[in-house]
Amino acid sequence: MSTDEEPTEQAPAPLPPLGGLGFARWAWRQLTSMKTALILLFLLAIASIPGSILPQQGNDPLKVKEWIAGSPEVGRVLKSLGFFDVFAAPWFAAVYLLLFISLIGCVIPRARQHWRAMLAPPPAAPRNLDRLGGTVTLDVTAGPAEVLADAADYLRRHRWRVVSGPSGTADGAQWVAAEKGYLRETGNLVFHVALLLILASVAVGGLFGWKGNVIVKEGGGFANTVTQYDAWGGGRLVDPDSLTPFSFSLDSFEVDFEREGSQRGAPKYFEARVTYRDEPGSAEQRAVIEVNAPLEVDRAKVFLVGHGYAPSFVVKDSSGKVVFKDAVVFLPQDGNFTSTGVVKVPDADPQLGLRGLFLPTASVDKIRGGESVFPAPDDPAMFLSAWTGDLGLDTGMPQSVYRLDSESMTQIGLATLRPGQVWDWPDGSGSVMFTGFDRWASFQIAYDPGKEAALIASILAIAGLMLSLFVRRRRIWVKVLAPSGAATVVQVAGLTRSSSLDDIDLGALTDDIDALVREISRAEATAKEHT
Amino acid sequence: MTTAALAQASNAAIYAAMITLTFAMVAFAVSFAAGRRRATAVAASVGTGEGEGSVAVLTRPSDSPEQQEAGRRSANIAMSLTWLSFVLLLAGVVMRGIWAGRVPWGNMYEFSISAALATLAVFLFLSLRTDVRWLGLFIVIPVLLTLGMAVTVLYTEAAQLVPALKSYWLVIHVSAAVICSGAFTIAAAAAGLGLLKGGLERRALKRTGSSDGVLARVPSVERLEAFTNRVVAFSFPLWTFAVVAGAIWAENAWGRYWGWDPKETWAFITWVIFAAYLHARSTAGWRGSKASWIVIIGWLAFLINYFGVNFFVNSLHSYAGVS
Repeated sequence: MSTDEEPTEQAPAPLPPLGGLGFARWAWRQLTSMKTALILLFLLAIASIPGSILPQQGNDPLKVKEWIAGSPEVGRVLKSLGFFDVFAAPWFAAVYLLLFISLIGCVIPRARQHWRAMLAPPPAAPRNLDRLGGTVTLDVTAGPAEVLADAADYLRRHRWRVVSGPSGTADGAQWVAAEKGYLRETGNLVFHVALLLILASVAVGGLFGWKGNVIVKEGGGFANTVTQYDAWGGGRLVDPDSLTPFSFSLDSFEVDFEREGSQRGAPKYFEARVTYRDEPGSAEQRAVIEVNAPLEVDRAKVFLVGHGYAPSFVVKDSSGKVVFKDAVVFLPQDGNFTSTGVVKVPDADPQLGLRGLFLPTASVDKIRGGESVFPAPDDPAMFLSAWTGDLGLDTGMPQSVYRLDSESMTQIGLATLRPGQVWDWPDGSGSVMFTGFDRWASFQIAYDPGKEAALIASILAIAGLMLSLFVRRRRIWVKVLAPSGAATVVQVAGLTRSSSLDDIDLGALTDDIDALVREISRAEATAKEHT
Repeated sequence: MTTAALAQASNAAIYAAMITLTFAMVAFAVSFAAGRRRATAVAASVGTGEGEGSVAVLTRPSDSPEQQEAGRRSANIAMSLTWLSFVLLLAGVVMRGIWAGRVPWGNMYEFSISAALATLAVFLFLSLRTDVRWLGLFIVIPVLLTLGMAVTVLYTEAAQLVPALKSYWLVIHVSAAVICSGAFTIAAAAAGLGLLKGGLERRALKRTGSSDGVLARVPSVERLEAFTNRVVAFSFPLWTFAVVAGAIWAENAWGRYWGWDPKETWAFITWVIFAAYLHARSTAGWRGSKASWIVIIGWLAFLINYFGVNFFVNSLHSYAGVS
């Protein structure tokens, strides 16, 4: 769990003892050992890999379907093993839950141990300081008590924890012991507890949060109820009937595209201008929603995630009566917004359906047919095929608004229209006018009550991590050796508990020792001046 | 300066940096070869000695003054050239940013030249604190490879940022990730060098009873491991920060702070592997060469995240700008 533990014993693990309690204790010790934590960390890394290679249900359900359709046998096996939803799979959960249990089992005893260490005084000076690295021996004229008091004072001023005495040493010599860097272990513990908090925050978000997607046409509106979403998902503890009751309407949607250079066609900006209310009856407010600049309403956030064209049509029957007049959402099929959509006119008699292909900047290729060559509407055109018959809306089966079920319909013709053009059906039963187009924007609306806690926990984790990696736990001893003649012989030595081969670590300790020696020598020099 | 002139100057500075780096590589290699000559010379003198071979193994033979001088001089020339390359590359990256009118982190060409710059920066920063000339060759080579790939495969004209990248989080998130790319590369180079040296020493000890060789000038395996540990200890919190900053940005741009997008998944995998390394350092039987392998695996995970996810996987993070 931390980096300054000495390696534990190399002996092979003992066999599990028989008997319930003994076995449980053995299993617990195994689970909370560093070696197990290490193996679980590797397992966690390996278990994540399929989630980045195979399409995932949560990110791209369509790709998952395609993958399974592509190789049904392997696909079915992988699906049943949860490989298309790795991060919700039981085996993935098993790995991280075991890891967190192992973590708890490690943190609790270490917290207790650390608490005791913080209360305990630094250990007495070892008998032979020469054995430690970087020992400095110096002669001073001041008396032992004076030197040690100065040293202790200096160390205290530099936030060392200091004890002194002749107790605990066999030779009865006087010494000062100091220790510093307790924050290393504190940081280590804070880091691991913060990881637990992050997991808890994610769980809170998963249980109490919700997320939905909705497409809104220019001029259209949206109220935050589950039925208005195109897709909505909420945690187990969310009441879908009591979502925050805000609403908004899309006043206009602006977009501009790169016209020059290698990134021609890439969007330069999009912005959705909206008018919103916090709840029915409250004052209207205006806002602009952009990518990276969501709208926050009552702790829910409205994100702009996509956009497209909504061509508008007027359909008349043979008598000239308007049977359909609306803008219809078309879904973009490529980066140049070649878009497809469907118009269903159930009020016509017989029922009427139109399949449309909208090209914002049309180019007709002899082989490939029509396609758009630029995403902006520089030269818009609409390819339509018209069908009459039964739309199949009365069967009770839910139907996609983007697909026309033409099984019980007959095609009556094909046409290419420019905005404002009218197409009269060949059989004289009516007409359609392609009047123009609006734009639509798609929004993701999300509420995650755990995210603030996750952020705070992450900041704690980073702070703890830095303490645990950068603070050095170290000890310094000052000892007065048996006086030889008039001079007092003082020895200063230190010990760092992290890897002793580290230049920078050792350098820091050497600096500490040198500073202390300088202090003792300086005190000595001023003392001389006084006498 | 006109934009065309700026573009030319940026590219010229980067090519110039590649040229000076090539010279630095040669000079680093020469200082290595000097170490090798010394080793063979000592081995020869030991061979002619009478029954004192075993003593020569225990006491590290000191360099003859001329050889020591030759090696040190070329290492110093190499360091100066590396500093020069750093300044040229810095100029190239800055001019690229001025040309594009934004931070130079809009596509993979720009990420790559920035990563190369960061690697040199971390290396030179370390060189101010401790002697790392022995590592130079193994830093200059990957930096040259990165730059070579940047100017050939990844080169893109400067263009506007796509709207998704227009955020001050780009500066925070990407700068942390770019510095980590440099630090991870250095940690992996030192870990690899430690493994190589350890392997060569074991082999040489078996065969000739002497442990000096090509890597004589490189610090001992234990010191290499301590150095690796120090660099990882620096980069792991920074990587954690880069991931958290990315999560905050993702929350602002996509409506969720974590969604297991392939880039996020590999960032997580990289994080877990380096966390495992820090644990391995304090686990019996895992210190030493096994821990070094973990660093190299972590670095590979980082590379997979950078190249693999941008090129082969459909990710929200696909901003390569390479068609």
